[in-house]
Amino acid sequence: MDSDLLIVGSGVAGLTAAIRARELGCKVLVVSKEYPTQAQTTMAQGGINAALDGDIEGHVADTLKAGGGLADPVMVERICSKGPELIAWLDRIGMPFSRIQDRIAQRSLGGASSPRACYAQDYTGLKLLQTLYDRARSVGVHFLPNHYLLNLIVEEGRVLGGTLLDLERGAVRQQLAKATILATGGFARIYGNASTNRYGVVGEGLGAALRAGARVSDLEFVQFHPTALAGSAILISEAARGAGGWLVNGEGERFVDELATRDQVARAIYQQLEEGQRVYLDIRHLGEDFIDTHLPQERRLALLHAGIDPVHELLPIRPAPHYTMGGIDVARDWTTSLEGLFAIGECANPKFHGANRLGGNSLLEGLVTGWEVAYEAAQCQEASPAIEYKQTVKDRAFLQKLFDIPATIDRFQRRSFLERVLYHNAGLVREEQALKGVLATIRQHQQELSLMGLRDRSWHYNTDLLHFLEYGNMLEVAEAAVVAMEQRKESRGAHYRQDYPETRKEFQGHLLLWKEEGVLHTQFRQREW
Amino acid sequence: MQVKIQIARYHPAQGRFLQVYEVDPDKTLLENLIAIKEGVDPTLTFPLGCRSGVCGSCGVRVNGRERLACTTKVADGDLIEPLTSLEPIRDLVVRPAVESLDRAKAWMLKPQEAAVDEEAIRQIEVQTGCILCQSCYSSCPVFQEDPDFLGPFALSRAYRYLVDRREGEKREHIEAVVDHGIWSCTLCGNCTQVCPMGIDPKGDILLLQSWATRFGYSNPNLGGFGSFGLEF
Ligand SMILES: Cc1cc2nc3c(=O)[nH]c(=O)nc-3n(C[C@H](O)[C@H](O)[C@H](O)COP(=O)(O)OP(=O)(O)OC[C@H]3O[C@@H](n4cnc5c(N)ncnc54)[C@H](O)[C@@H]3O)c2cc1C
Ligand code: SF4
Ligand code: SF4
Ligand code: FES
Repeated sequence: MDSDLLIVGSGVAGLTAAIRARELGCKVLVVSKEYPTQAQTTMAQGGINAALDGDIEGHVADTLKAGGGLADPVMVERICSKGPELIAWLDRIGMPFSRIQDRIAQRSLGGASSPRACYAQDYTGLKLLQTLYDRARSVGVHFLPNHYLLNLIVEEGRVLGGTLLDLERGAVRQQLAKATILATGGFARIYGNASTNRYGVVGEGLGAALRAGARVSDLEFVQFHPTALAGSAILISEAARGAGGWLVNGEGERFVDELATRDQVARAIYQQLEEGQRVYLDIRHLGEDFIDTHLPQERRLALLHAGIDPVHELLPIRPAPHYTMGGIDVARDWTTSLEGLFAIGECANPKFHGANRLGGNSLLEGLVTGWEVAYEAAQCQEASPAIEYKQTVKDRAFLQKLFDIPATIDRFQRRSFLERVLYHNAGLVREEQALKGVLATIRQHQQELSLMGLRDRSWHYNTDLLHFLEYGNMLEVAEAAVVAMEQRKESRGAHYRQDYPETRKEFQGHLLLWKEEGVLHTQFRQREW
Repeated sequence: MQVKIQIARYHPAQGRFLQVYEVDPDKTLLENLIAIKEGVDPTLTFPLGCRSGVCGSCGVRVNGRERLACTTKVADGDLIEPLTSLEPIRDLVVRPAVESLDRAKAWMLKPQEAAVDEEAIRQIEVQTGCILCQSCYSSCPVFQEDPDFLGPFALSRAYRYLVDRREGEKREHIEAVVDHGIWSCTLCGNCTQVCPMGIDPKGDILLLQSWATRFGYSNPNLGGFGSFGLEF
């Protein structure tokens, strides 16, 4: 299929970019490893921030404050001020935002000085993604689901497209485009079942970008959400606290301001858990009517996954890895370090969140970056000759070879081991020796990967193969993130080092990482403002 | 305690066959499928996603009834099958019939300025929760006779845009749902029964039928009897 623009990823960011670029006249192809509306965006509950009251400064100030000195005031201003206009656009194309009379309703999420999160019950992401999908089909965006991005095709420093694995046929194909946009989401699922994220959210776009030589930044900042169900890590939205829910310990005491920023609340909960307390979310006083109207999904999820009815009972919770602030480094002019490559949404780092993200700001980031980058990408007019490129030949050979390597080491066991190691040693609280241990484990797994081959030998829709590729990527991304955690010898925002509990001036900047000939390089860059 | 379930498997090279697995009844079906894949049989193939009932990936049939694997627990003797009327891919994976949404023009055709209040949102609140899980599609008997039937979720979505106050074009919506659409539905109600999001496609189809009548369409199955050829 011939296309001007290749977009990998169908979440809020990918679909917004697709719609906008299509409306600007581009032929757009959206590739995703599952069906478009199955992307993680569908899981967002709480809302999407925009200063509909015109108080852009307030939104900017809150975002900068949470960002711990690493959110770029220029980008924050740009993204926040675009919010109201794009909310109006969403409303026009049919987004069923909840209302108060005939105004879009807004709720308070943590760290916000006024209620700024527009929502659709607690199904905000689901309804947003379905609305965007409907719009995308109406304007003629093309979709290629069940296709997995293996690598970017880079020739002389320019990205010409990507190599894709057709999961149904097990075949590698190359997809060329005048511009390529990665909208592949974050990587918080590298912590496995401890994470709130969807299965498979392990940052493959980031991995592909790293392999292609692109610069990534701020990977050490992984946000833990304060309230996931204690057993299954299913998220209980911040909307529950926004509406007046309490956090209490086993003695029934409140121990933290429930609406402080996520890193503060998460660490306060972690402290309690470390002291042997259990921690609960208490929303009983909100009443059944309120809960059923505004938090129906929370009640349903608590009943199903914990067997607890929050209308009548306390809900045991714990903090869980939730969102990755860092990503493919994006400059103020929306470019990445590679020509022809753009990045939007959670996989990108335009330095909007800095060291810590505010609830409701990531859907906004996806929406605005998708919208703005569409204009930039639409200007790329140079088509590449339709020949078969080295990368394609290489990836085809790689896939063949994959079927020949032995499966003497159990990959699933290894992965769940690594997930636990990451959670306990590269999670909410970090420290030098432990991080070095994690790195050693990751590198050992990288070496052993060639013994963790496929046990499903079919070429046809082979999800064992998909898991292998996801795991290889996960190792690559985890390595980069842990290196960053180790090198940032201070505490800031979501990054907390037990051995360096203070915020240090000399770390007021971004850690950039990239690969040359397969070797990871790092460089610290002071912030520009 | 472990119990036994049967899974209907499919591979283009092997055809269809049943396989028995031992599972944990305290876990969801999806958690059990994952445990089987990771510990027992790496070839077992199934869709997975959010594990919280909002992404629509994991629709299957349990004892003949459509369910989301991630919100369902298993019991001894359960038979797990892929959704029907959809193209099988492998084991429990099928191809969603999303192209029906294009034929039904299930989107906003002509946005217009309009005051949207709480009541206006309430009108479309349930329908906009559709996760495209395909459960209703699989449960619908019409596909046996008419594979081109638009099907419940596409019709429900068309209705949701038709009645949206922000929609400035109504007729085109009606025109898009008459062929292989609203009149082919037998009103059996299966779709409504199986929808995990509480959507009532059958009810929405009835409402579409009355809208269509208002726009001058009549039910072809009533053989012209509807109006006796008179203008009312
Ligand atoms: C439980 C939960 C609740 C949340 N609630 C909120 C909230 O209330 N408000 C808020 O602002 N944010 C919230 N977030 C965060 C927010 O949902 C995400 O940051 C955002 O949706 C990310 O969108 P995205 O478009 O960047 O990517 P995603 O929605 O993650 O989509 C990624 C896409 O990339 C594709 N992809 C990935 N790798 C490959 C590959 N190798 N090949 C092909 N395709 C690939 C996937 O198929 C998918 O289509 C929440 C997150 C979670 C997990
Ligand atoms: S009510 Fe109509 S659409 Fe629904 S299952 Fe029955 S025949 Fe199909
Ligand atoms: S209408 Fe219900 S059953 Fe049908 S696809 Fe949508 S959510 Fe699934
Ligand atoms: S896994 Fe998403 S609906 Fe079941």
